[in-house]
Amino acid sequence: MEFWRVPLDAHEIEVTKGIVYIIEDRCKGCGYCIEFCPRQVLEFSPGFNVKGYHPPAAVKPKECVNCHYCEIICPEFAIYSVEAPFSDQPAGVLP
Amino acid sequence: MIETASRIKQPEHPLDDLLRTDRIPHIWCPGCGIGTVFSSCLIAMKNSGLNLQKMAMVSGIGCSGRAAGYVAMDSFHTTHGRAIPFATGLKLGNPELNVVVFSGDGDLFAIGGNHFIHAARRNMDLTVICVNNLNYGMTGGQMAATTPHLAKTTTTPMGNPEAPFNLPLLAYAAGATYISRWTILHTRDLTRSIDTALKRKGFSFIEVLSPCPVNYGRRNKEKAFDSLKLYQDKGIIKNGANPSEIEMDFEKGITLGDFLDVDRPTCIEQYDKTCRLI
Amino acid sequence: MKQAVLTGEHFLTGDVACAEGALAAGCLFFGGYPITPATEIAERMSERLPEIGGTFIQMEDEIAAMASILGASWAGKKTMTATSGPGFSLMMENIGLGIVTETPCVVVNVQRAGPSTGLPTQGAQADMMQARWGSHGHYEIIALAPASPQEIFYQTIEAFNLSEKYRIPVLIMSDEIVGHMSERVSIPAEKDIVTVSRTAPKGRKDRFKPFQPGPNGVAPMPAAGQGYNVHITGLTHDEKGYPVMTVEAQEEMMARITGKIRRNLDDIIRTESYRLEDAEIAVISYGVSSRTSLAAVDEARNLGIKAGLLRLITVWPFPEEQIRQLARRVKKMITVEINLGQICLEVQRCAGGRIPVTLVGHAGGTIISPERVVAELKEAVSS
Repeated sequence: MEFWRVPLDAHEIEVTKGIVYIIEDRCKGCGYCIEFCPRQVLEFSPGFNVKGYHPPAAVKPKECVNCHYCEIICPEFAIYSVEAPFSDQPAGVLP
Repeated sequence: MIETASRIKQPEHPLDDLLRTDRIPHIWCPGCGIGTVFSSCLIAMKNSGLNLQKMAMVSGIGCSGRAAGYVAMDSFHTTHGRAIPFATGLKLGNPELNVVVFSGDGDLFAIGGNHFIHAARRNMDLTVICVNNLNYGMTGGQMAATTPHLAKTTTTPMGNPEAPFNLPLLAYAAGATYISRWTILHTRDLTRSIDTALKRKGFSFIEVLSPCPVNYGRRNKEKAFDSLKLYQDKGIIKNGANPSEIEMDFEKGITLGDFLDVDRPTCIEQYDKTCRLI
Repeated sequence: MKQAVLTGEHFLTGDVACAEGALAAGCLFFGGYPITPATEIAERMSERLPEIGGTFIQMEDEIAAMASILGASWAGKKTMTATSGPGFSLMMENIGLGIVTETPCVVVNVQRAGPSTGLPTQGAQADMMQARWGSHGHYEIIALAPASPQEIFYQTIEAFNLSEKYRIPVLIMSDEIVGHMSERVSIPAEKDIVTVSRTAPKGRKDRFKPFQPGPNGVAPMPAAGQGYNVHITGLTHDEKGYPVMTVEAQEEMMARITGKIRRNLDDIIRTESYRLEDAEIAVISYGVSSRTSLAAVDEARNLGIKAGLLRLITVWPFPEEQIRQLARRVKKMITVEINLGQICLEVQRCAGGRIPVTLVGHAGGTIISPERVVAELKEAVSS
């Protein structure tokens, strides 16, 4: 990421914000969402889900840009993001 | 019980309406890529704007064959290798249906290889999505028609002495009119290809490389992330590449892309034109 | 568009009469693969189906042919395939899929002598046990045996009606001799032909269960594309169609797919009696051999032997009760069939050791002569 050039109008463009939702009990802990998140929003949570896996947790929820990559790489239908209505939305977690 | 605010606000997963949610979580292992291919397929179906009620999914046997059991549309989990002829009957029985065959490499190309080439030859109006995980996962990791030369499986403990199929070339030679190959990492491209395939007529074939960490990976020192890293490092997108030059080579590179999209009258069109002399 | 029912008097082979019976029954899809002596059925269908709005496809093998008719059946069509021994063997796995997914369709086996390639152009009746047990696992099946072109015309209609009513593949166990003989076939007016179609589901689509039995033990059946979002699998499944890997689910499913046949035997089984009222020796036969047997019974009566014939029109489910009752009345039974003893074993089982049951059969390749049956009848009265 650090090698990317910054577009000249970067400061004028409003970056979309997203809210990450995690359906913990669907997760099998493959970690794809964590590895491939472009903003490093996610990390393995220390807790277990019902199946005994560590699901991801949004540790930097404000960084989410709603790119949906976690949603489409997830083989388990366990994570998705929605567009935040305003910029400082926190991440949600399904109980 | 008092519902918490966050719980009330939690929307459904955007694909829940296309899933048999009462059957989720699915049976696929942690790190298995089939779920990603399946998800990609559902996204393409949902965003296609096509009438989902007129869509049907047919699968054969094996890990990927279980996909039909998770989609909330008319879905058929048939016998080993026979998804394509079943789908052929379904489509001919009601040409209004948009029929997707979702199955694995073993199912479609070993036991079902004959049906694949003939459906391609006929240009049967089907979208065939092949999850290629390089081995038979359901039975515990045996050699498949796609297993790379020298790779270890439970039936090739000294390494695979045989050569694998180059699936896009096989599809091309047999007469498929749309051919692409992606990996589960290229899920956006994959979704776009499936969308194209769903909307076009004729025989469409999409191969998707997908990790099988539990069976193939374990015996070939390839963890799930290693597979994905391999796709990232060795994947070369080359749309329109000549199918005879894209043999999968995990050392030199795996050519990905949309290789073919040509128009040729479909099986049904030809039948109507030739046989229905009204 | 031409007519599906060719009302009138015809001179047809058994194979062609079978094809015409299928069309009269409402068959609109045929998936086939050429094989002697069943090819003429496919040939006739390839010509006739497109002209009445149906579809014929020649698949790449019999496995595909069988799979295609299951698929087309779920598209809402009445479907059929036709084959002979080697192809019948290849169809077995998907016949099992048809049974467990309760998919109506008709499979014609124009039997020839086997095993293996055998005598491709010469008849036999040696696939009878394969018809009963050829696919793996335990199940019930319906199989009919025609004795003439006229009968195969009607039996094909009956086969479709039974398959639609009970949601099950129905087998027509014809043979090369019936398939290739030409005889007069009367095709009645369309209005005089009774056809049955699968029961359509009613009520809320989201609550519909594709395997929840109706009053006669059979579930209504929707077609793909009607909005029922059915899931159909060859795995053991519950009434919803979802796979359930338990002993209980297996038991429930098996009770459903076998019960619907076992509880309706009176509706399914058809036999025909000839001169049995005062008979002391009963000839049990079916298909082409029942014609031999008929001639033999008449000849034996001329010789003063009290013989009669029980002709099995339905071979599976086996007419156990009819044979049991007959075994109480006659002194001996002779089974006539072109094999080395298949249905004979069933007759022996039902006779339960009460009376002797013998076989007049041979290894296959030709019809059994009435003389052989008469000789056996003479032997029976003298012993």
